[in-house]
Amino acid sequence: MTATAMPELRTETMTVNMGPQHPSTHGVLRLVLELDGETIRSASATIGYLHTGIEKTAEQKKWQQVIPLVERMDYLSAQSNSLAFSLSVERLMGVDVPERVRWIRVLLAELQRINSHLVWLGTHGMELGAVSVMLYCFRERELLLNINEMIAGFRMFPSYMRIGGLREDLPRGFHQAVREFLDRFPGKLDEYEDLLTRNEIYMQRTRGVGVISKDEAVALGLIGPIARASGVSYDVRRVFPYLGYDALDFEVPTETAGDVYSRYVVRVAEMRESVKICRQALERISPTGPYAVDDPRITPPPKHKVYTEMEALIQHFLLYSQGITVPAGEAYVPVEGPRGEQGFYVISDGTNRPWRVKARSPSLLACQALERMIVGGMIADVIAVIGSIDVVMGDVDR
Amino acid sequence: MDATALIRSLMEGAPGAHVEEAPSVDGQPTVFVEPADLLAVLKIVRDAPALRFSCLADLTAADFWPREPRFEVVYHFLSIELGQRLRVKVRLAGADAHVASAASIWPAAQWLEREVWDLFGVAFDDHPDPRRLLMPEDWEGHPLRKDYPVQIRMTPRTSEPMQVTEAEFRANLQRDRLSRR
Repeated sequence: MTATAMPELRTETMTVNMGPQHPSTHGVLRLVLELDGETIRSASATIGYLHTGIEKTAEQKKWQQVIPLVERMDYLSAQSNSLAFSLSVERLMGVDVPERVRWIRVLLAELQRINSHLVWLGTHGMELGAVSVMLYCFRERELLLNINEMIAGFRMFPSYMRIGGLREDLPRGFHQAVREFLDRFPGKLDEYEDLLTRNEIYMQRTRGVGVISKDEAVALGLIGPIARASGVSYDVRRVFPYLGYDALDFEVPTETAGDVYSRYVVRVAEMRESVKICRQALERISPTGPYAVDDPRITPPPKHKVYTEMEALIQHFLLYSQGITVPAGEAYVPVEGPRGEQGFYVISDGTNRPWRVKARSPSLLACQALERMIVGGMIADVIAVIGSIDVVMGDVDR
Repeated sequence: MDATALIRSLMEGAPGAHVEEAPSVDGQPTVFVEPADLLAVLKIVRDAPALRFSCLADLTAADFWPREPRFEVVYHFLSIELGQRLRVKVRLAGADAHVASAASIWPAAQWLEREVWDLFGVAFDDHPDPRRLLMPEDWEGHPLRKDYPVQIRMTPRTSEPMQVTEAEFRANLQRDRLSRR
């Protein structure tokens, strides 16, 4: 039978709803996909299912009370959130934290990056069929959560970084626990790489998938690991150093392909760099010293003084009832979070409560760019792309 | 390049526009722009060779109610080539607050402007998709406005269960079967 004898086949596109209760959308992201066979013709994302009005709530709280709120935005990188918020407020107050506090913060921020990347690697690997990667990653993440528990008694949201420094001094055995983790981790990272980096199935599923060009990545505001995988060598730690990152020796890994695989390569390389930074920071943390800035406007007095001195008692009372007063003005001090540039634009009207707190959430912009990455691709690749942009819906919806 | 040189080259790039240097506590170069001149200034911010702010890092707003002009829309720009940041602010009056959309210049602005519309009620002219972003589509009011109450007491609403008789149920089932065939 010749081809001309075939009757014209009537085809139509199919609209498929994906999410919000889909396990591979990393939370409650809803995608409406228009499919032509298995090819995606158009996609539109609906967000807002996890909107809890944290920015509005923050306006009702005192400055120090905002820390636990912002930690719950991007719940996989809690300490990057609180670090960014504290840095912005400290810039407004014109406060410089002691050197020891800076190195502790660097160490915790980098451990948080490893922590977040481990969850990303585990879930991303599992969605593409590599379940053992997830089990391995969560095994090492457990050690990091134990360190969090050690410093603050809370595993996911330690609220350990405060405006003006830290909540309390490091616990006994902290250095030892971190050192043990850092000695163990690079070998385990090799183990993950053995499972994925040269894995034929993984490479087939990720190479050339979800490509985004260098210019597009910048125009869409994807500054962070996604842009670095497209060849944009921009890292806040390098370009706008904070906390003394300019004194540390580390590389900014970049790739050029801009696909899912290169995002994987960049993030794994980032974990290795984080280990390097952690070692350098750990060396610089002296065993004893200040854990917060010595400023009566911000830091509560030590307990033994509260019990014995009138001034300390008054100061204690003021700080716990009225809170910190921040001079009027606005500040935006970004940090390099696990998902890219993360920062808080805070406005103060000179009182003890913030006038406006705005989070720059890298996940929101990544979510916006998702459509560009998946249209024209196959439906099975949607999972790979969502995994690779590493969105946290708590950070998207806030 | 320091803040004053950056702002001077911005003013030279847009000779007719009202660009006014604003005080900045955190050291980021900050300017106020008149709403009418905004689009022209934003094009220069991206395209002028001395500026090249190819990345819109953040776009947000703040409500200074009861002060007038009430709203400030704030743009945070980043120039990766020059390693520079710039903050551009627009003051808007409370009644009929609207400003030109930057979505045609930076695609990143699209959702950020939807968020500002959603939470502040500041409209963006010629926005390609002017819908709410975070709140439900039928939501009333704009929550981040300062005159929006923090806690709203509402009577709980329940939906009535659908009442059908057995005959209607069977008829529906039959109709459904027929349409599927």
